[in-house]
Amino acid sequence: MYKVRRWVVRHSQAFETIYNWLEQGLVKLHPVMQKIGYQRLEKPVAIFEKLCKGLLFDCKMCGDCALSATGMSCSMNCPKNIRNGPCGGVRQNGNCEVQPEMRCVWMDAWQGSQSMRAGKQIHAVQLPVDHTLQGSSAWLRKVREVVVKQEQSSK
Amino acid sequence: MIFHDEPTPGEMLPILEGHTSAGRLERVLRAGLFAVTSELSPPDSADPQEVYDRAQIFDGFVDGMNATDGSGANCHMSSVGMCALLTRIGYAPIMQISCRDRNRIAIQGDVLGGAAMGVTNMLCLTGDGVQAGDHPQAKAVFDLDCMSLLETIRGMRDKGEFLSGRRISTPPKVFLGAASNPFAPPHDFRPYRLAKKIAAGAQFIQTNYCFDVPRFKEFMARSRDLGLLEKVFILPGVGPMASAKTATWIRNNVPGIHIPDTVITRLAGAKDQKREGQKLCVELIQQLSEIEGVSGIHVMAYRQEEAVADIIKCSGVLQGRTPWYPGRDQQRLQESYKT
Repeated sequence: MYKVRRWVVRHSQAFETIYNWLEQGLVKLHPVMQKIGYQRLEKPVAIFEKLCKGLLFDCKMCGDCALSATGMSCSMNCPKNIRNGPCGGVRQNGNCEVQPEMRCVWMDAWQGSQSMRAGKQIHAVQLPVDHTLQGSSAWLRKVREVVVKQEQSSK
Repeated sequence: MIFHDEPTPGEMLPILEGHTSAGRLERVLRAGLFAVTSELSPPDSADPQEVYDRAQIFDGFVDGMNATDGSGANCHMSSVGMCALLTRIGYAPIMQISCRDRNRIAIQGDVLGGAAMGVTNMLCLTGDGVQAGDHPQAKAVFDLDCMSLLETIRGMRDKGEFLSGRRISTPPKVFLGAASNPFAPPHDFRPYRLAKKIAAGAQFIQTNYCFDVPRFKEFMARSRDLGLLEKVFILPGVGPMASAKTATWIRNNVPGIHIPDTVITRLAGAKDQKREGQKLCVELIQQLSEIEGVSGIHVMAYRQEEAVADIIKCSGVLQGRTPWYPGRDQQRLQESYKT
């Protein structure tokens, strides 16, 4: 929902904290999830994730989530799907060139990132979206990434 | 007789040390000369002569011509097609690549094809949304964005790899450009976005129409503070407005163009509005060329292409230099025989 996602951006710092907790919690659950099998978890978790993130961020389930680097404003809501915005077409009132009634997703991203502790991530260049991940759970993917990183650093 | 910088169509000039391309635009910029580029609008026609006629208007006044890629989301002859024709006779076009109409497979293919034809400059754009043009029913692609497009082509050139990691036997040796719009909000983020483009591989920047000089100065000062000016060549965009009415229409209908009220009042108050628009353009070029970090100028004179030569001449920015064009040196040779 448009209003909810704008509200989230205004509270980006709180959502950053919640997201960090969520990540830590899920990483702790890794041994359990591994036992159940990620493959088996994929579908139910993706449905749950879609519900939560759909409500909060108007998530499009690209599966390649970059919310923490975009001020908690989902860049897939940009009509041009720009992962490194804002484009040069932003109207003088800060609205989108394609949808004049909508606030530019990247205006929000810049605003949101400024109150986040890891807000500097907005300056990193985002690589092209991996479209094979469409519809899959970004949370489960992230957990596995973090676990792999932890294992590598402990070696 | 062939002069040292006269290209033989189909044969590349050598790549100089420290350069990434064989192109003349990179040579001019790296030599510290003030570069001039212009927008070449593609015809709605399959006649090659129309492309040559449009290019010829700029002969002797520009170092590069942007072959636009469906600008404003309107359908015209393709950028690759125009570049194929232009490189045949030795022109050095700047091939624009927009992410709106093609995915990463098509774009990477075009990059190789373009480079093989002798295109040495490529400008990476996201592109206007389809709603802006004459085919609003079209499906917008936007598989990549300008930033990931820069990264992709840089990877092809420097690593010799496609995005997939597959090897390219002869990488495309191109000079990479990007666009910037210092006049669109959020203004405080614009210099940072420029930094991102440079990090992604941009070597030169062409900006949108620049009418608001104080705003541009501020953008350049902030970019200097971030240490960006040594890393990139910046060519602000300018163009003559035919009348106050045109300027107002463009301001209201073309995405991303900011024209201050003062410009419109000045045009409206003039007897000959077209002439005044060109005069204003000359003044802007002169003012912009004085700003630290400005390496050249990009002229967009849509439907006033014939005025570009005069505008450049009046501004004096070429300082007596005549950029190469097909036949320039033969003409000089004939003149020297006569005398």
